[in-house]
Amino acid sequence: MSAHLLNELTVFVLAVFVGFEVISKVPTTLHTPLMSATNAIHGIVLVGALLVAVVAEPKLGAVLSVVVVFLASLNVFGGYVVTQRMLAMFKPRAAPGASGGVKK
Amino acid sequence: MSAVQPIVPNALAIDVAYLVTGVCFILGLRYLSSPKTARAGNLISMVGMAIALIATAFELDFAQWLPLVFGLGAGAIVGIYSARAVKMTAMPQMVALFNGAGGGAAALVSTAEFLKLDPSTSILTPDQTVTIVLSSIIGAISFCGSIIAFLKLQELMTGRPITYAGQQIVNGLVALAIVVSAGCVIANADSVPAYFIALGGAALLGFLFVLPIGGADMPVVISLLNSFTGLAAALTGFVLGNNVLIIAGALVGASGTLLTLLMSKAMNRSITNVLFGAFGAVKTSAGDAAAATGSGVIREATVDDVATMVGYAKEVIIVPGYGMAVAQAQHSVRELADQLEKKGVEVKYAIHPVAGRMPGHMNVLLAEANVPYTALYDMDDINPEFPRADVALVIGANDVTNPAARNVPSSPIYGMPILDVDKAHNVVVLKRSMKPGFAGIDNPLYENPNTVMLFGDAKSSIDKLIAAVKAL
Repeated sequence: MSAHLLNELTVFVLAVFVGFEVISKVPTTLHTPLMSATNAIHGIVLVGALLVAVVAEPKLGAVLSVVVVFLASLNVFGGYVVTQRMLAMFKPRAAPGASGGVKK
Repeated sequence: MSAVQPIVPNALAIDVAYLVTGVCFILGLRYLSSPKTARAGNLISMVGMAIALIATAFELDFAQWLPLVFGLGAGAIVGIYSARAVKMTAMPQMVALFNGAGGGAAALVSTAEFLKLDPSTSILTPDQTVTIVLSSIIGAISFCGSIIAFLKLQELMTGRPITYAGQQIVNGLVALAIVVSAGCVIANADSVPAYFIALGGAALLGFLFVLPIGGADMPVVISLLNSFTGLAAALTGFVLGNNVLIIAGALVGASGTLLTLLMSKAMNRSITNVLFGAFGAVKTSAGDAAAATGSGVIREATVDDVATMVGYAKEVIIVPGYGMAVAQAQHSVRELADQLEKKGVEVKYAIHPVAGRMPGHMNVLLAEANVPYTALYDMDDINPEFPRADVALVIGANDVTNPAARNVPSSPIYGMPILDVDKAHNVVVLKRSMKPGFAGIDNPLYENPNTVMLFGDAKSSIDKLIAAVKAL
């Protein structure tokens, strides 16, 4: 294993521990938004997709590049928007009498 | 070396930007620890993403932008449109699709790297080949597994487990083929056919491994696929030598893994049992459960009976399940709770961790219907309350309320932590018919002397109940 890979592995392992630490504090009531938020975060492959698509040699067709970028940006935009939409719904108990049959 | 050769002199600045992005992602998740700060957290995470994308843009040659802008724009439009249009009941499908998209993108990025690093011009080190192969395989499994999960959740195919003779052997052979061909690629970096055999095998395995998993086990599968996608993204980071991908992927992987463990714990089953058990495929010895409870008498109540029961209660605990989602009854449930609260009844909601089809599914549905999150209680917090509650109102939940899990050792769900609804003074079960729940197990709760059944579609039953409570 090269020193380079070891460095990357170090970053990975530490990030996993940070991940466990942080995620274990997320209350169960927010687990669905958590999943969609992580959907958005793994949309970071968009960065990889852009880099690969741009420097790729003809072997990776232009069509495939567009597909990769499409999939990744679907994650980024869709993930963040749906998370924000869900989180906006979580409200603490409203002031008494304030609830008046709110219809969508 | 990796593909990300510094094209511009400010490569260092770009790396700093990626570090900031990593920190933003961690903070974003940290702020999810409370519903009060969660939206701010999501915004921070968004800013982090924007920083990473802008930084990346500096590495790109603008001549090559045009086709990508098309992909980016299309992704943004489809993503934003579906994120706005999706019904909250359909969130599990949506998340499954996003998992698949992420996994697919990761696999394609690695494939591009593999093909681009032509051995005649540059030599792949074993380090690179290993990470490329792993990220492609995991990404492909996640992509295809998510598609099946989506089809099942969307009910485009049956939610029941699909099993056939020799299923495990077939899966084992496919897995073996993947391992062997991956080994060939690692041993000999220019073996393009072997690479595609590994990739195709992984795609096939993704389809095959979700087929035997039934609807009620979907919370575990979605979490697991989420963790796969994170892992694939992190491995792509190894391939490209890009820290922000590694960090983001690790965070997602950790999140998915943690949720997977939580979900399987809430079902008292190991992950292997969920994946290979084909739970709910066979009708289990239903006679045992029924025999263990005795009476066998089921009492049906009228809407007015139930209205009187809940209308004059001191405390009512509502137990929602997947049936509430199917009937889209969450708004009606909230309205009923409002009516009851007007009469001075205390209303609480008991949420089982695996109620619904994904972690937190019920919470989001009720939040959509304007139920304050402070009224939603986790299993451990609400269970001591049931003996004090006058009425437990079970709406479309079945197996998570089945007392057989506590006291019938022969029951397939024996040992699964459940909501102790049977300990409430009265139990009202809203149910479409006497069909057993997903697991195909009889529920002795329905034969309890303090249980009454209200048959019919959950939404119309509750709407009638609202009218009856108003008339009290």
